[in-house]
Amino acid sequence: MDNQFLTVDLFGIPWMTVNVPNILLITAAMAIVFFVVFFMTRRIEMYPTGAQNAIEYLVQFIKNIISSTMDWERGKNFFMLGITLILYVFVANMMGVPFELATAGEHYVWWNSPTSNPVLTLSLALFVILLTHYYGIKLKGPKEYGKDYLRPVGFLLPFKLIEEFSNTVTLGMRLFANIYAKEVIIVMLVGLGTSSLFWVFGAFLPLVIFQAFSVFIGSLQAFIFVMLTMVYMAHKVNEEH
Amino acid sequence: MFDINEIEWINALYQIAAFFVLLLLLKKFAFGPVMGMMEKREKHVADQIATAEKNREESEKYLQEQRDAIQTAREEAKEIVENAKKSSENQAADIMQNARRESERMKENAKQEINTEKAQAISALREQVSTLSVLVASKVIEKELDEREQEKLIQETLKEVGEDL
Repeated sequence: MDNQFLTVDLFGIPWMTVNVPNILLITAAMAIVFFVVFFMTRRIEMYPTGAQNAIEYLVQFIKNIISSTMDWERGKNFFMLGITLILYVFVANMMGVPFELATAGEHYVWWNSPTSNPVLTLSLALFVILLTHYYGIKLKGPKEYGKDYLRPVGFLLPFKLIEEFSNTVTLGMRLFANIYAKEVIIVMLVGLGTSSLFWVFGAFLPLVIFQAFSVFIGSLQAFIFVMLTMVYMAHKVNEEH
Repeated sequence: MFDINEIEWINALYQIAAFFVLLLLLKKFAFGPVMGMMEKREKHVADQIATAEKNREESEKYLQEQRDAIQTAREEAKEIVENAKKSSENQAADIMQNARRESERMKENAKQEINTEKAQAISALREQVSTLSVLVASKVIEKELDEREQEKLIQETLKEVGEDL
């Protein structure tokens, strides 16, 4: 169970550590998202059929998420953010469900869900939170943005600051923890199933059930990630008068 | 325990950069066109609804106009029929009156003519009779004749008179 990742110190500098398989997995996830969506949107017509229907359903879904937190006039700025986030997080979550690859002896992992790495989820969360601050300043002006920290009363300022920090951490950690736990349990079940002939049959059904559950978890976490992103965004950009 | 150097900063940066690139690519190649088409369709649908609404209103207006026109035509037809009936009645009455007057007049004329003829005839007869009697008297006086002669004379005179008449 001692999974490890091949890491390389770029140029030999200690803080420039690169997790090679993760780089590849991120790229793979992005490529899957891009090509699937790209080929689904080759034929755009006035009367949608097939793939276009599915894409438009997704578009409507993201629109609904955004509309439930802020008005569409403001929310359409974040549409592409929302749809890219949900597609990327969803695909990343799904990548570890069907199979995982690791080298035999040392357990160097070469294929799993990239979102089971806390660095990636936290950096994504931090990116999103920074974006909320950016749009908060951009859409409301620095003055209104600053005043938001003192609303509704001034002494809440420390709590507001803690909230910003905890939002980032919970947003990233929630995704990481769910997917990491999913990976661990799948690896354990697979390990159990391959340990002896008896357990092949014993572990097969639980594994199938858990994989189905993993799909559910992955979809749900992708949805929650986008939903919370939009909620935090709405916090920052909505006028609270 | 916690070494900041162990955090894979490059991975984090790489992911953010890749995410940004993915976002731009998706916008350019996939969702841009989809959103454009969806907006176009929304507009199309709105236009269609507006047009349908307009057409419906127009057709209702036309229907109302048609209804009014039919109502007017019906009323006009009724009026025309009534007028025709009235005028025909009047005409019939006129004709009857005229005919009655004409016949009255003709009867009157005939009566007058008859009276005139009658008066003429009477006067002519009267003249004849007077002439005749004068003639007879003169003959009688002219010739004192015997009974045979007298008879012959009368016959003659009558004959003459008959020729004269």
